[in-house]
Amino acid sequence: MVRIKELTRYYGQTCAVDNLVVEIPKGQIVGLLGPNGAGKTTTLRILTGYLQPTSGTIIVNGIDVRENPLEVKKSIGYLPESSPIYPDMIVFDYLLYIAEMRGIEKKRQLERIKELAKICSITEIMHKTVSNLSKGYKQRVGLALALMSDPEILVLDEPTSGLDPNQIVEIRTIIKEIGKTKTIIFSTHILSEAEATCDRVLIINKGKLAADGSADMLKANTSKSQYISMILQNAEMNAVKKVLGSLEAVQKVDTTENSGILTITLSCSKDARADVYNAVKKQDWVLLELKQEKQSLEHIFRELTKEN
Amino acid sequence: MSAKSISIIYKREFKTFFTSPGAYIIISLFLIIIGWFFFSTFFLSGNADMRNFFNLLPIIFAFSVPALSMRLFSEEYKSGSFEILKTLPVTDIDIIGGKYLASLFFTLIMLAPTIFYPIFISFLGDLDWGPVIGGYLGAVFLAGAFSGISILASSLTKNQVVAFIISAAACFFLTVINKSLIFLPSFLTGFLQYLSTDYHFNNIAKGIIDSRDIIYFLTLIFLTLYGTYIVNKERS
Repeated sequence: MVRIKELTRYYGQTCAVDNLVVEIPKGQIVGLLGPNGAGKTTTLRILTGYLQPTSGTIIVNGIDVRENPLEVKKSIGYLPESSPIYPDMIVFDYLLYIAEMRGIEKKRQLERIKELAKICSITEIMHKTVSNLSKGYKQRVGLALALMSDPEILVLDEPTSGLDPNQIVEIRTIIKEIGKTKTIIFSTHILSEAEATCDRVLIINKGKLAADGSADMLKANTSKSQYISMILQNAEMNAVKKVLGSLEAVQKVDTTENSGILTITLSCSKDARADVYNAVKKQDWVLLELKQEKQSLEHIFRELTKEN
Repeated sequence: MSAKSISIIYKREFKTFFTSPGAYIIISLFLIIIGWFFFSTFFLSGNADMRNFFNLLPIIFAFSVPALSMRLFSEEYKSGSFEILKTLPVTDIDIIGGKYLASLFFTLIMLAPTIFYPIFISFLGDLDWGPVIGGYLGAVFLAGAFSGISILASSLTKNQVVAFIISAAACFFLTVINKSLIFLPSFLTGFLQYLSTDYHFNNIAKGIIDSRDIIYFLTLIFLTLYGTYIVNKERS
Protein backbone atom coordinates (compact mmCIF):
# COMPACT_ATOMS: atom_id res chain seq x y z
CA MET A 1 0.00 0.00 0.00
CA VAL A 2 1.21 3.48 -0.88
CA ARG A 3 0.09 6.55 1.02
CA ILE A 4 1.08 9.93 -0.35
CA LYS A 5 0.69 12.39 2.50
CA GLU A 6 0.49 16.12 1.81
CA LEU A 7 3.40 15.82 -0.55
CA THR A 8 4.99 19.10 -1.64
CA ARG A 9 8.11 19.61 -3.68
CA TYR A 10 9.67 22.86 -4.84
CA TYR A 11 12.43 23.34 -7.41
CA GLY A 12 13.75 26.68 -6.25
CA GLN A 13 10.72 28.93 -6.54
CA THR A 14 8.73 26.60 -8.77
CA CYS A 15 6.25 24.34 -7.10
CA ALA A 16 6.19 20.97 -8.87
CA VAL A 17 3.98 19.02 -6.47
CA ASP A 18 1.51 20.88 -4.30
CA ASN A 19 0.02 19.21 -1.25
CA LEU A 20 -0.79 15.94 -2.97
CA VAL A 21 -2.81 13.40 -0.97
CA VAL A 22 -3.44 9.96 -2.48
CA GLU A 23 -3.87 6.47 -1.14
CA ILE A 24 -3.20 3.49 -3.36
CA PRO A 25 -4.25 0.09 -2.03
CA LYS A 26 -2.42 -3.13 -2.86
CA GLY A 27 -2.94 -4.68 -6.27
CA GLN A 28 -4.24 -1.62 -8.11
CA ILE A 29 -3.03 -0.48 -11.51
CA VAL A 30 -2.93 3.29 -11.26
CA GLY A 31 -2.41 5.61 -14.20
CA LEU A 32 -0.96 9.02 -13.50
CA LEU A 33 -2.14 11.50 -16.10
CA GLY A 34 -1.38 15.13 -16.57
CA PRO A 35 0.04 17.68 -18.99
CA ASN A 36 3.79 18.23 -19.27
CA GLY A 37 5.24 19.66 -16.08
CA ALA A 38 2.24 18.64 -13.98
CA GLY A 39 4.45 16.91 -11.40
CA LYS A 40 4.00 13.28 -12.44
CA THR A 41 7.68 12.43 -12.75
CA THR A 42 8.53 14.37 -9.60
CA THR A 43 5.95 12.40 -7.61
CA LEU A 44 7.31 9.10 -8.94
CA ARG A 45 10.88 10.19 -8.22
CA ILE A 46 10.04 10.98 -4.63
CA LEU A 47 8.26 7.64 -4.28
CA THR A 48 11.33 5.79 -5.56
CA GLY A 49 13.72 7.72 -3.32
CA TYR A 50 15.51 9.63 -6.09
CA LEU A 51 14.28 12.98 -4.83
CA GLN A 52 13.46 14.26 -1.36
CA PRO A 53 10.13 16.00 -0.73
CA THR A 54 10.15 19.62 0.46
CA SER A 55 7.41 18.71 2.92
CA GLY A 56 5.01 15.85 3.44
CA THR A 57 6.00 12.30 2.72
CA ILE A 58 5.10 8.99 1.12
CA ILE A 59 4.52 5.88 3.19
CA VAL A 60 5.03 2.51 1.52
CA ASN A 61 3.78 -0.51 3.46
CA GLY A 62 4.05 1.47 6.68
CA ILE A 63 7.60 2.67 5.99
CA ASP A 64 8.32 6.35 5.52
CA VAL A 65 10.51 7.11 2.45
CA ARG A 66 12.13 9.95 4.33
CA GLU A 67 13.11 7.84 7.30
CA ASN A 68 14.04 4.54 5.73
CA PRO A 69 14.55 4.96 1.99
CA LEU A 70 16.59 1.75 1.77
CA GLU A 71 13.70 -0.46 2.88
CA VAL A 72 11.26 1.33 0.59
CA LYS A 73 13.60 0.93 -2.38
CA LYS A 74 13.69 -2.81 -1.75
CA SER A 75 9.96 -3.14 -2.34
CA ILE A 76 9.85 -0.94 -5.44
CA GLY A 77 10.88 -1.70 -9.01
CA TYR A 78 11.38 1.47 -11.03
CA LEU A 79 11.66 2.20 -14.73
CA PRO A 80 12.68 5.84 -15.21
CA GLU A 81 11.59 7.84 -18.23
CA SER A 82 13.34 6.69 -21.44
CA SER A 83 15.08 3.87 -19.50
CA PRO A 84 18.57 5.33 -19.04
CA ILE A 85 20.70 2.17 -19.00
CA TYR A 86 24.51 2.20 -19.03
CA PRO A 87 25.18 2.34 -22.77
CA ASP A 88 28.50 0.51 -22.73
CA MET A 89 27.26 -2.62 -20.98
CA ILE A 90 26.08 -5.87 -22.47
CA VAL A 91 22.43 -6.62 -21.68
CA PHE A 92 23.24 -9.83 -19.82
CA ASP A 93 26.00 -8.18 -17.76
CA TYR A 94 23.66 -5.37 -16.95
CA LEU A 95 20.93 -7.68 -15.72
CA LEU A 96 23.49 -9.61 -13.69
CA TYR A 97 24.67 -6.36 -12.13
CA ILE A 98 21.12 -5.40 -11.20
CA ALA A 99 20.52 -8.91 -9.82
CA GLU A 100 23.56 -8.51 -7.56
CA MET A 101 22.48 -5.04 -6.48
CA ARG A 102 19.03 -6.36 -5.69
CA GLY A 103 20.60 -8.99 -3.47
CA ILE A 104 19.40 -12.02 -5.42
CA GLU A 105 21.25 -15.18 -4.40
CA LYS A 106 24.08 -16.28 -6.67
CA LYS A 107 22.38 -19.59 -7.46
CA ARG A 108 19.10 -17.93 -8.40
CA GLN A 109 20.56 -15.12 -10.52
CA LEU A 110 20.86 -16.96 -13.82
CA GLU A 111 17.48 -18.55 -13.43
CA ARG A 112 15.84 -15.21 -12.67
CA ILE A 113 17.49 -13.51 -15.64
CA LYS A 114 16.22 -16.29 -17.91
CA GLU A 115 12.71 -15.88 -16.53
CA LEU A 116 12.78 -12.13 -17.12
CA ALA A 117 14.22 -12.55 -20.60
CA LYS A 118 11.22 -14.67 -21.39
CA ILE A 119 8.65 -12.34 -19.81
CA CYS A 120 10.05 -9.28 -21.56
CA SER A 121 11.06 -11.19 -24.73
CA ILE A 122 14.67 -10.06 -24.77
CA THR A 123 16.30 -13.49 -25.04
CA GLU A 124 17.71 -12.83 -28.51
CA ILE A 125 19.42 -9.55 -27.56
CA MET A 126 21.12 -10.74 -24.36
CA HIS A 127 24.59 -10.55 -25.94
CA LYS A 128 24.18 -7.07 -27.42
CA THR A 129 25.57 -3.80 -26.11
CA VAL A 130 22.86 -1.53 -24.71
CA SER A 131 23.83 1.41 -26.95
CA ASN A 132 23.06 -0.73 -30.02
CA LEU A 133 19.51 -1.53 -28.96
CA SER A 134 16.40 0.00 -30.46
CA LYS A 135 14.23 2.08 -28.19
CA GLY A 136 11.65 -0.68 -27.79
CA TYR A 137 14.25 -3.20 -26.71
CA LYS A 138 15.84 -0.71 -24.36
CA GLN A 139 12.47 -0.13 -22.77
CA ARG A 140 12.02 -3.88 -22.34
CA VAL A 141 15.44 -4.24 -20.75
CA GLY A 142 14.41 -1.39 -18.47
CA LEU A 143 11.25 -3.27 -17.59
CA ALA A 144 13.25 -6.42 -16.89
CA LEU A 145 15.46 -4.52 -14.48
CA ALA A 146 12.43 -3.05 -12.73
CA LEU A 147 10.99 -6.55 -12.34
CA MET A 148 14.26 -8.10 -11.18
CA SER A 149 13.51 -8.49 -7.50
CA ASP A 150 9.86 -9.34 -8.12
CA PRO A 151 8.86 -6.14 -6.29
CA GLU A 152 5.47 -5.57 -4.71
CA ILE A 153 5.19 -2.16 -6.30
CA LEU A 154 6.16 -1.37 -9.85
CA VAL A 155 6.68 2.26 -10.80
CA LEU A 156 6.91 3.04 -14.51
CA ASP A 157 7.51 6.52 -15.87
CA GLU A 158 6.00 6.76 -19.34
CA PRO A 159 6.73 3.15 -20.21
CA THR A 160 5.33 3.38 -23.74
CA SER A 161 6.69 6.74 -24.88
CA GLY A 162 8.51 6.55 -28.18
CA LEU A 163 7.46 3.01 -29.01
CA ASP A 164 5.74 1.84 -32.16
CA PRO A 165 2.10 0.67 -31.91
CA ASN A 166 3.04 -3.02 -31.76
CA GLN A 167 5.51 -2.44 -28.99
CA ILE A 168 2.99 -0.33 -27.10
CA VAL A 169 0.51 -3.19 -27.19
CA GLU A 170 3.22 -5.60 -26.01
CA ILE A 171 4.24 -3.42 -23.10
CA ARG A 172 0.60 -2.91 -22.13
CA THR A 173 0.01 -6.64 -22.18
CA ILE A 174 3.00 -7.14 -19.91
CA ILE A 175 1.74 -4.43 -17.55
CA LYS A 176 -1.71 -6.00 -17.40
CA GLU A 177 -0.25 -9.43 -16.83
CA ILE A 178 1.97 -8.24 -13.98
CA GLY A 179 -0.81 -6.05 -12.61
CA LYS A 180 -2.85 -9.11 -11.69
CA THR A 181 -0.65 -9.66 -8.67
CA LYS A 182 1.14 -6.36 -8.07
CA THR A 183 0.57 -2.69 -7.48
CA ILE A 184 1.55 -0.74 -10.56
CA ILE A 185 1.83 3.01 -10.76
CA PHE A 186 2.64 4.45 -14.16
CA SER A 187 2.52 7.84 -15.75
CA THR A 188 1.47 8.49 -19.30
CA HIS A 189 0.35 11.13 -21.76
CA ILE A 190 -1.73 8.70 -23.72
CA LEU A 191 -5.27 8.72 -22.40
CA SER A 192 -6.49 5.67 -24.24
CA GLU A 193 -3.65 3.77 -22.65
CA ALA A 194 -4.76 4.74 -19.17
CA GLU A 195 -8.29 3.80 -20.11
CA ALA A 196 -7.24 0.42 -21.44
CA THR A 197 -4.91 -0.64 -18.64
CA CYS A 198 -5.74 1.13 -15.39
CA ASP A 199 -8.09 0.29 -12.56
CA ARG A 200 -7.82 3.86 -11.46
CA VAL A 201 -6.84 7.13 -13.07
CA LEU A 202 -5.29 10.07 -11.27
CA ILE A 203 -5.23 13.32 -13.18
CA ILE A 204 -2.67 15.76 -11.89
CA ASN A 205 -2.51 19.37 -12.89
CA LYS A 206 0.05 21.90 -11.61
CA GLY A 207 1.05 19.54 -8.85
CA LYS A 208 -2.50 19.16 -7.57
CA LEU A 209 -4.87 16.26 -7.85
CA ALA A 210 -7.54 17.23 -10.38
CA ALA A 211 -9.47 13.98 -10.62
CA ASP A 212 -9.34 10.53 -9.08
CA GLY A 213 -11.33 7.42 -9.95
CA SER A 214 -11.80 4.71 -12.53
CA ALA A 215 -11.99 5.90 -16.11
CA ASP A 216 -15.74 5.15 -16.22
CA MET A 217 -16.39 6.93 -12.96
CA LEU A 218 -14.56 10.01 -14.15
CA LYS A 219 -16.60 10.04 -17.31
CA ALA A 220 -19.84 9.78 -15.38
CA ASN A 221 -18.98 12.40 -12.79
CA THR A 222 -17.03 15.07 -14.55
CA SER A 223 -19.08 15.50 -17.68
CA LYS A 224 -21.62 18.25 -17.28
CA SER A 225 -23.21 17.80 -20.68
CA GLN A 226 -24.04 14.81 -22.81
CA TYR A 227 -23.57 14.47 -26.51
CA ILE A 228 -25.80 12.93 -29.14
CA SER A 229 -24.59 12.36 -32.65
CA MET A 230 -27.03 11.71 -35.47
CA ILE A 231 -27.13 11.47 -39.21
CA LEU A 232 -30.11 12.73 -41.19
CA GLN A 233 -31.03 12.51 -44.83
CA ASN A 234 -33.55 14.55 -46.71
CA ALA A 235 -33.28 17.44 -44.25
CA GLU A 236 -32.47 21.10 -44.61
CA MET A 237 -29.81 22.50 -42.30
CA ASN A 238 -31.62 25.58 -41.02
CA ALA A 239 -34.82 23.70 -40.39
CA VAL A 240 -32.94 21.08 -38.42
CA LYS A 241 -31.25 23.75 -36.34
CA LYS A 242 -34.56 25.39 -35.65
CA VAL A 243 -36.49 22.24 -34.76
CA LEU A 244 -33.84 20.57 -32.65
CA GLY A 245 -32.63 23.81 -31.11
CA SER A 246 -36.10 24.46 -29.73
CA LEU A 247 -36.00 21.28 -27.64
CA GLU A 248 -35.69 21.99 -23.92
CA ALA A 249 -32.74 19.76 -23.16
CA VAL A 250 -30.68 20.71 -26.22
CA GLN A 251 -28.09 23.41 -25.61
CA LYS A 252 -26.21 23.50 -28.84
CA VAL A 253 -26.61 22.13 -32.36
CA ASP A 254 -23.63 21.59 -34.64
CA THR A 255 -24.27 20.45 -38.19
CA THR A 256 -22.12 19.58 -41.14
CA GLU A 257 -23.50 18.77 -44.55
CA ASN A 258 -21.94 16.34 -46.97
CA SER A 259 -23.72 15.56 -50.27
CA GLY A 260 -27.22 15.83 -48.88
CA ILE A 261 -26.46 14.02 -45.64
CA LEU A 262 -26.39 15.99 -42.40
CA THR A 263 -24.15 14.98 -39.56
CA ILE A 264 -25.33 16.59 -36.35
CA THR A 265 -23.85 16.80 -32.88
CA LEU A 266 -26.13 17.91 -30.06
CA SER A 267 -24.97 19.05 -26.64
CA CYS A 268 -27.68 18.26 -24.12
CA SER A 269 -28.11 18.85 -20.41
CA LYS A 270 -29.67 15.40 -19.94
CA ASP A 271 -30.39 12.27 -21.93
CA ALA A 272 -32.55 13.73 -24.73
CA ARG A 273 -32.63 10.82 -27.15
CA ALA A 274 -36.39 10.28 -26.80
CA ASP A 275 -37.22 13.95 -27.34
CA VAL A 276 -34.97 14.13 -30.36
CA TYR A 277 -36.50 11.01 -31.87
CA ASN A 278 -40.01 12.34 -31.41
CA ALA A 279 -39.08 15.67 -32.98
CA VAL A 280 -37.54 13.94 -35.97
CA LYS A 281 -40.57 11.66 -36.37
CA LYS A 282 -42.89 14.66 -36.85
CA GLN A 283 -40.77 15.90 -39.76
CA ASP A 284 -40.24 14.40 -43.15
CA TRP A 285 -36.59 13.53 -42.43
CA VAL A 286 -34.91 10.19 -42.74
CA LEU A 287 -33.06 9.23 -39.60
CA LEU A 288 -29.98 7.15 -40.47
CA GLU A 289 -28.28 7.12 -37.12
CA LEU A 290 -28.86 8.29 -33.56
CA LYS A 291 -26.52 7.55 -30.74
CA GLN A 292 -25.34 8.88 -27.45
CA GLU A 293 -21.64 9.72 -27.41
CA LYS A 294 -19.66 8.46 -24.47
CA GLN A 295 -17.72 11.19 -22.76
CA SER A 296 -14.11 10.59 -23.70
CA LEU A 297 -11.23 10.78 -21.27
CA GLU A 298 -9.63 13.27 -23.63
CA HIS A 299 -12.53 15.58 -23.06
CA ILE A 300 -12.35 15.28 -19.28
CA PHE A 301 -8.60 15.73 -19.39
CA ARG A 302 -8.89 18.91 -21.40
CA GLU A 303 -11.69 20.20 -19.21
CA LEU A 304 -9.68 19.63 -16.04
CA THR A 305 -6.27 20.79 -17.17
CA LYS A 306 -6.98 23.77 -19.38
CA GLU A 307 -5.88 27.17 -18.18
CA ASN A 308 -8.53 28.48 -15.81
CA MET B 1 26.09 1.27 4.01
CA SER B 2 27.09 -2.25 3.14
CA ALA B 3 30.43 -3.63 2.01
CA LYS B 4 28.65 -5.85 -0.48
CA SER B 5 26.96 -3.00 -2.32
CA ILE B 6 30.22 -1.04 -2.34
CA SER B 7 32.04 -3.98 -3.86
CA ILE B 8 29.37 -4.51 -6.55
CA ILE B 9 29.48 -0.85 -7.56
CA TYR B 10 33.26 -0.87 -7.39
CA LYS B 11 33.46 -3.91 -9.67
CA ARG B 12 31.14 -2.41 -12.25
CA GLU B 13 32.99 0.91 -12.32
CA PHE B 14 36.35 -0.83 -12.46
CA LYS B 15 35.28 -2.98 -15.42
CA THR B 16 33.93 0.09 -17.18
CA PHE B 17 37.42 1.62 -17.10
CA PHE B 18 38.67 -1.36 -19.06
CA THR B 19 35.92 -1.21 -21.66
CA SER B 20 36.35 2.47 -22.47
CA PRO B 21 39.09 3.51 -24.91
CA GLY B 22 39.54 6.80 -23.03
CA ALA B 23 41.16 5.10 -20.07
CA TYR B 24 43.73 3.32 -22.26
CA ILE B 25 44.59 6.57 -23.99
CA ILE B 26 45.14 8.30 -20.65
CA ILE B 27 47.31 5.45 -19.37
CA SER B 28 49.40 5.52 -22.55
CA LEU B 29 49.84 9.28 -22.39
CA PHE B 30 50.75 9.08 -18.71
CA LEU B 31 53.43 6.46 -19.32
CA ILE B 32 54.83 8.18 -22.40
CA ILE B 33 55.02 11.59 -20.77
CA ILE B 34 56.45 10.50 -17.44
CA GLY B 35 58.84 8.04 -19.15
CA TRP B 36 60.08 10.65 -21.56
CA PHE B 37 60.61 13.40 -18.98
CA PHE B 38 62.24 11.06 -16.50
CA PHE B 39 64.63 9.28 -18.81
CA SER B 40 65.54 12.36 -20.86
CA THR B 41 67.52 13.69 -17.89
CA PHE B 42 68.20 10.43 -16.09
CA PHE B 43 71.38 9.52 -17.97
CA LEU B 44 72.73 13.06 -17.78
CA SER B 45 72.56 13.20 -13.99
CA GLY B 46 74.39 9.91 -13.63
CA ASN B 47 72.63 9.08 -10.35
CA ALA B 48 70.89 5.73 -9.89
CA ASP B 49 67.85 7.13 -8.11
CA MET B 50 64.17 7.85 -8.73
CA ARG B 51 64.12 11.34 -7.26
CA ASN B 52 63.30 13.01 -10.55
CA PHE B 53 60.48 10.57 -11.19
CA PHE B 54 58.79 11.39 -7.91
CA ASN B 55 59.29 15.10 -8.55
CA LEU B 56 57.40 14.78 -11.79
CA LEU B 57 54.71 12.44 -10.57
CA PRO B 58 52.44 14.92 -8.69
CA ILE B 59 52.18 17.33 -11.59
CA ILE B 60 51.39 14.57 -14.08
CA PHE B 61 48.93 12.97 -11.66
CA ALA B 62 47.25 16.37 -11.34
CA PHE B 63 46.05 15.98 -14.94
CA SER B 64 45.81 12.25 -15.47
CA VAL B 65 43.77 11.37 -12.36
CA PRO B 66 41.05 13.95 -13.12
CA ALA B 67 40.99 12.73 -16.73
CA LEU B 68 40.38 9.17 -15.54
CA SER B 69 37.76 10.04 -12.95
CA MET B 70 35.87 12.95 -14.48
CA ARG B 71 33.16 10.66 -15.87
CA LEU B 72 32.29 8.87 -12.61
CA PHE B 73 29.31 11.05 -11.69
CA SER B 74 29.02 13.47 -14.63
CA GLU B 75 28.35 10.77 -17.19
CA GLU B 76 25.63 9.23 -15.03
CA TYR B 77 23.93 12.58 -14.50
CA LYS B 78 24.01 13.26 -18.21
CA SER B 79 22.68 9.90 -19.37
CA GLY B 80 20.19 9.73 -16.51
CA SER B 81 21.47 6.33 -15.40
CA PHE B 82 22.08 7.88 -11.99
CA GLU B 83 18.34 7.68 -11.47
CA ILE B 84 18.46 3.89 -11.77
CA LEU B 85 21.54 3.63 -9.57
CA LYS B 86 20.06 5.81 -6.88
CA THR B 87 16.72 4.01 -6.78
CA LEU B 88 18.39 0.63 -6.25
CA PRO B 89 18.55 -0.39 -2.61
CA VAL B 90 21.93 1.23 -1.94
CA THR B 91 22.93 4.30 0.05
CA ASP B 92 24.82 7.36 -1.18
CA ILE B 93 27.82 6.18 0.80
CA ASP B 94 27.84 2.87 -1.11
CA ILE B 95 27.76 4.70 -4.42
CA ILE B 96 30.52 7.15 -3.50
CA GLY B 97 32.63 4.43 -1.87
CA GLY B 98 32.37 2.11 -4.87
CA LYS B 99 33.20 4.82 -7.36
CA TYR B 100 36.05 6.14 -5.26
CA LEU B 101 37.69 2.75 -4.89
CA ALA B 102 37.38 2.11 -8.62
CA SER B 103 39.04 5.43 -9.35
CA LEU B 104 41.82 4.84 -6.81
CA PHE B 105 42.64 1.32 -7.94
CA PHE B 106 42.57 2.21 -11.60
CA THR B 107 45.01 5.05 -10.90
CA LEU B 108 47.28 2.52 -9.21
CA ILE B 109 47.01 0.29 -12.28
CA MET B 110 48.09 3.25 -14.37
CA LEU B 111 51.09 3.68 -12.08
CA ALA B 112 51.96 -0.02 -11.87
CA PRO B 113 54.05 -0.33 -15.10
CA THR B 114 56.48 2.28 -13.75
CA ILE B 115 57.64 -0.34 -11.23
CA PHE B 116 59.94 -1.48 -14.05
CA TYR B 117 61.88 1.78 -13.81
CA PRO B 118 63.47 1.09 -10.39
CA ILE B 119 64.01 -2.54 -11.34
CA PHE B 120 65.80 -1.42 -14.48
CA ILE B 121 67.78 1.21 -12.57
CA SER B 122 68.85 -1.32 -9.96
CA PHE B 123 70.77 -3.14 -12.70
CA LEU B 124 72.56 0.05 -13.69
CA GLY B 125 73.76 1.11 -10.29
CA ASP B 126 73.35 0.79 -6.57
CA LEU B 127 69.72 1.86 -6.06
CA ASP B 128 68.57 2.81 -2.57
CA TRP B 129 65.19 1.11 -2.31
CA GLY B 130 64.06 3.10 0.78
CA PRO B 131 63.05 6.29 -1.04
CA VAL B 132 61.59 4.23 -3.90
CA ILE B 133 59.26 2.37 -1.56
CA GLY B 134 58.47 5.64 0.22
CA GLY B 135 57.78 7.26 -3.13
CA TYR B 136 55.34 4.60 -4.18
CA LEU B 137 53.63 4.71 -0.80
CA GLY B 138 53.33 8.48 -1.21
CA ALA B 139 51.97 7.93 -4.71
CA VAL B 140 49.20 5.76 -3.27
CA PHE B 141 48.19 8.56 -0.90
CA LEU B 142 48.47 11.10 -3.70
CA ALA B 143 46.29 8.97 -5.97
CA GLY B 144 43.78 8.73 -3.12
CA ALA B 145 43.67 12.47 -2.59
CA PHE B 146 43.43 13.36 -6.28
CA SER B 147 40.75 10.72 -6.85
CA GLY B 148 38.74 12.28 -4.05
CA ILE B 149 39.07 15.74 -5.59
CA SER B 150 38.12 14.40 -9.03
CA ILE B 151 35.05 12.64 -7.71
CA LEU B 152 33.92 15.75 -5.87
CA ALA B 153 34.32 17.80 -9.07
CA SER B 154 32.53 15.15 -11.09
CA SER B 155 29.58 15.17 -8.70
CA LEU B 156 29.18 18.91 -9.21
CA THR B 157 28.36 18.93 -12.90
CA LYS B 158 26.92 16.84 -15.68
CA ASN B 159 29.58 18.12 -18.05
CA GLN B 160 32.70 15.95 -17.98
CA VAL B 161 34.92 18.66 -19.42
CA VAL B 162 33.89 21.08 -16.69
CA ALA B 163 34.51 18.35 -14.09
CA PHE B 164 37.98 17.78 -15.54
CA ILE B 165 38.87 21.46 -15.53
CA ILE B 166 37.70 21.97 -11.94
CA SER B 167 39.55 18.95 -10.57
CA ALA B 168 42.70 19.47 -12.66
CA ALA B 169 42.84 23.10 -11.52
CA ALA B 170 42.44 22.07 -7.87
CA CYS B 171 45.05 19.30 -8.09
CA PHE B 172 47.43 21.54 -10.01
CA PHE B 173 47.02 24.31 -7.45
CA LEU B 174 47.72 21.96 -4.54
CA THR B 175 50.82 20.74 -6.33
CA VAL B 176 52.45 23.94 -7.60
CA ILE B 177 51.74 25.97 -4.50
CA ASN B 178 54.65 24.21 -2.78
CA LYS B 179 56.98 25.03 -5.66
CA SER B 180 56.07 28.71 -5.75
CA LEU B 181 56.33 29.60 -2.09
CA ILE B 182 59.18 32.09 -2.75
CA PHE B 183 56.78 34.39 -4.54
CA LEU B 184 54.34 34.50 -1.65
CA PRO B 185 54.33 36.69 1.46
CA SER B 186 56.28 35.07 4.27
CA PHE B 187 53.43 34.97 6.81
CA LEU B 188 51.47 32.72 4.44
CA THR B 189 54.21 30.29 3.52
CA GLY B 190 53.88 27.99 6.51
CA PHE B 191 50.15 27.64 6.08
CA LEU B 192 50.25 27.23 2.31
CA GLN B 193 53.08 24.74 2.52
CA TYR B 194 51.04 22.63 4.90
CA LEU B 195 48.07 22.89 2.53
CA SER B 196 50.07 21.59 -0.41
CA THR B 197 49.82 17.92 -1.36
CA ASP B 198 53.24 18.18 -2.97
CA TYR B 199 54.92 19.04 0.34
CA HIS B 200 53.41 16.05 2.13
CA PHE B 201 54.08 13.79 -0.80
CA ASN B 202 57.73 14.85 -0.84
CA ASN B 203 58.03 14.07 2.86
CA ILE B 204 56.77 10.53 2.35
CA ALA B 205 58.79 10.14 -0.86
CA LYS B 206 61.96 10.92 1.06
CA GLY B 207 61.20 7.80 3.04
CA ILE B 208 60.05 9.63 6.17
CA ILE B 209 56.71 8.29 7.28
CA ASP B 210 55.33 11.02 9.52
CA SER B 211 51.85 10.80 11.02
CA ARG B 212 51.23 14.44 10.06
CA ASP B 213 51.55 13.67 6.37
CA ILE B 214 49.35 10.61 6.62
CA ILE B 215 46.74 12.55 8.58
CA TYR B 216 46.87 15.29 5.95
CA PHE B 217 46.10 12.87 3.14
CA LEU B 218 43.42 11.01 5.06
CA THR B 219 41.76 14.31 5.98
CA LEU B 220 41.82 15.48 2.38
CA ILE B 221 40.30 12.19 1.19
CA PHE B 222 37.64 12.32 3.89
CA LEU B 223 36.74 15.95 3.17
CA THR B 224 36.40 15.45 -0.57
CA LEU B 225 34.27 12.32 -0.15
CA TYR B 226 32.15 14.02 2.49
CA GLY B 227 31.76 16.96 0.11
CA THR B 228 30.56 14.54 -2.56
CA TYR B 229 28.08 13.11 -0.07
CA ILE B 230 26.72 16.59 0.70
CA VAL B 231 26.47 17.43 -3.01
CA ASN B 232 24.52 14.21 -3.56
CA LYS B 233 22.18 15.02 -0.71
CA GLU B 234 21.62 18.51 -2.06
CA ARG B 235 20.81 17.21 -5.52
CA SER B 236 17.94 15.06 -4.32
